[in-house]
Amino acid sequence: MPETDTAAQPSTPAAGGTGSPPAFADAVRDETSLRRFLHGLPGVDAVGLEQRAAGLATRSIKKDSKLWAIDTAISMVDLTTLEGADTEGKVRTLCAKGRRPDPEHPDVPRVAAICVYPDMVATAVAALGDSGVGVASVATAFPSGRSSLRVKLADTAYAVETGATEIDMVIDRGAFLSGRYGQVFDEIRQVKAACGTAHLKVILETGELATPDNVRRASWLGLLAGGDFIKTSTGKVSPAATLPVTHVMLQAVHDWHAATGELRGVKPAGGIRTTKDAIRYLVAVHEVAGPAWLDPHLFRFGASSLLNDLLMQRRTQLQGHYSGPDYVTVD
Amino acid sequence: MSDRISVAKTYKLYLGGAFPRSESGRTYPVTDAGGKFLANAAHASRKDLREAVGAARTAFGKWSGATAYNRGQVLYRVAEVLEGRREQFTAEVAASEGVAVEQARTLVDAAVDRWVWYAGWTDKLATVLGAANPVAGPYFSFSVPEPTGVVGVLAPQRSSLLGLVSVLAPVLATGSTAVVVSSRERPLPAITLAEVLATSDVPGGVVNLLTGSAAELGPWLAAHGDVNALDLTGAPAELRAELEAAAAGTVKRVLRVPPTEPDWTEPPGITRLRSIMELKTVWHPMGA
Repeated sequence: MPETDTAAQPSTPAAGGTGSPPAFADAVRDETSLRRFLHGLPGVDAVGLEQRAAGLATRSIKKDSKLWAIDTAISMVDLTTLEGADTEGKVRTLCAKGRRPDPEHPDVPRVAAICVYPDMVATAVAALGDSGVGVASVATAFPSGRSSLRVKLADTAYAVETGATEIDMVIDRGAFLSGRYGQVFDEIRQVKAACGTAHLKVILETGELATPDNVRRASWLGLLAGGDFIKTSTGKVSPAATLPVTHVMLQAVHDWHAATGELRGVKPAGGIRTTKDAIRYLVAVHEVAGPAWLDPHLFRFGASSLLNDLLMQRRTQLQGHYSGPDYVTVD
Repeated sequence: MSDRISVAKTYKLYLGGAFPRSESGRTYPVTDAGGKFLANAAHASRKDLREAVGAARTAFGKWSGATAYNRGQVLYRVAEVLEGRREQFTAEVAASEGVAVEQARTLVDAAVDRWVWYAGWTDKLATVLGAANPVAGPYFSFSVPEPTGVVGVLAPQRSSLLGLVSVLAPVLATGSTAVVVSSRERPLPAITLAEVLATSDVPGGVVNLLTGSAAELGPWLAAHGDVNALDLTGAPAELRAELEAAAAGTVKRVLRVPPTEPDWTEPPGITRLRSIMELKTVWHPMGA
């Protein structure tokens, strides 16, 4: 469980919350109360946050724990290809890899989901069959989110119709930064409605939010509006996912659980390329949110090259010598 | 004038074009042939080795992709900088190997000449080792030598500069990149060579130089899946069979080296160049 450290210690917002979503009914009543609620969230001590994130990153994870962490991380990967040059062939290749990441070691867990653009969802669904790997689709004018609500909803509906089980939406950062929280909130609500049974991940694009305080507000906004996951970034903007930012978001889902009893997830995406990085994130998940979040239903990595590094490290652990990129598929 | 206190140096590794400390934080004292303290050297760990292989792999694309002419120019530039540090090398070789200054100077000169000799080979390898093969059919058939990739080198333990240059320069001349474990007892000329490489035009990561124990790092280097060839010159004799077996596990080229260090002043021949190149043969229809 998270310690009560000095760094960015969040108190449960909406003091007096009785532990159920109605606790926040006041907060979302109208734009003014939403703004009051979000600006009433405790400020983030940015220096303390960096320090705590750096401190946790020094933990040394070895041997059995490392092997466990690698397998857990593999099962949390949203294997992603979001390029203009994506072809059906590439998506099928990626799906094959997601189902069986390391053909020489059938005991390697499959990844959590394949993440593609909406027009590739049908291909991915067909390629994955009943393997249990989800299909995540970005939607709502990804990555900028600069389009009309009508287009965004149509985008979402298209992805869901073709079989996506998870939708990664982007918030309107322009609206958020100019303080039109109500607009962002409504947009998430409506996209959530368009998702039907599909899970909704809300991309905050923290690289454009400038301050940790904004990240905290956006996280709460995403949770209040019904996002099943809050996700750091699109991967198209630098900086993408960082440990401190993920800390803030993990605190938000932890506090949301404390206040409402609901479990919501976090997905860092972009810039996580090595096993070492991934394990640092897992340590943060365990320490900040809690052990319950060490589960693919509640924590994901949005990544493409991370999987290969995880597989190489896994082989290193099992074979006792360092492996190389010649021994994994290059996509 | 009072006696000044000399600056005792603690050298670092040369890894990916930078000079980091060992990840392990270890160092060890280096003494001259008579046992007098010279400096501290970093004692590389297997994780430093892993980083070095990664850096060498990253650097391989650009270095092997450079034209042979360009590689020759870069290597010649290294020889120029080597020559410029002649006095320093002479002092270090004399101290490390316990030879007279005159003899040390001869060894340094031989090392510079050796480097120039290998620099000249870069653009001749394709002609000498490759061929337009005569074949029975309407085809062109070419055999072209290509660099093998990352070469792990356990440098000679006794010959601190000439021996090192004789095993390192051929790797660079062919277009491969190198991870070198220097002589444990006599690392100073190797460290200075790293400084030479860093200040000449050799891209970072093409040569990665670790000071430390060949017996400790050898097994990790031999078994590493991303190393393509292995030079066991500086490996302890009793470890060689084991290292060759480990290298076979991940299909490496292993250089045939004599059980004891050869006389490095002898002309080297092109054995080393040939043994770390892959011959690619291409058939092409001749057309009407």
